[in-house]
Amino acid sequence: MQLLMFYIFGFLALFAAVSMVVSRKPVMSALFLILNMFCLAGLYALLDAHLVAVLQIIVYAGAIMVLVLFVIMLLNLREKKGLVPKHTVVGQVIGILVLATVMLGVIAKLDLNAIKPLREMSPEFGTVAGVAEKLFTVYLLPFEIASVLLLAAIVGAVILAKRKV
Amino acid sequence: MEVPIINYLALSAVLFSIGVVGVLTRRNVIVIYMSIELMLNAVNLTFVAFAKFHGDMGGHVFMFMVMTVAAAEAAVGLAIIIALFRNRETVNVDEVNLLKG
Repeated sequence: MQLLMFYIFGFLALFAAVSMVVSRKPVMSALFLILNMFCLAGLYALLDAHLVAVLQIIVYAGAIMVLVLFVIMLLNLREKKGLVPKHTVVGQVIGILVLATVMLGVIAKLDLNAIKPLREMSPEFGTVAGVAEKLFTVYLLPFEIASVLLLAAIVGAVILAKRKV
Repeated sequence: MEVPIINYLALSAVLFSIGVVGVLTRRNVIVIYMSIELMLNAVNLTFVAFAKFHGDMGGHVFMFMVMTVAAAEAAVGLAIIIALFRNRETVNVDEVNLLKG
């Protein structure tokens, strides 16, 4: 059952990713990327990462991609329908095959039986309490630095998008 | 653990390569940005898969950091795109070549 769900989500994610790269209209590309993110959220739920799955939908698909769609509609581009020209699609397919073969070759050499669980899987694995326990004790410094990063990004975005500085 | 981890790693590798090819072959700067987001998502999948198979939630925490960086990058990158469009009236990266020698 889990394997079936993995294959459904996996192939749908792959189809959405390829469609995003070959479609000519930026709005269709954005919608296919949103579909890809939903499929990845389903895969995270399969991996018992419940908080991460929900946050993927809320933050990534629900905020970042909506921002991208705002910008696409703000720029008001006029693109023809359909896919990119055929020579581009051929180049993309060859590129994907070459690069994916290289990466899959590297993955196939891994000794995955050597993965021993570092510790027992706690019953709070992947829940809000489990992630919060790590985030506020062991990984406190990256958490604070991330807030400074977001502040810098906000200031930078406001300055960059002003008409008169 | 019915799904072996190598399935997740293979899917992540193929998604990452699709993202790389999207960055390299498309000329619309917004589609290039979305291919970068696709690459970040593929890496997130690797992190979460390894987090489950190690039983360590540091993978989830790092995925938060990646998502935070992606959000910050979204804000700044799209502001740059808007500023670019306002000055050059184009989103085709081939036409943004003032620095070309």
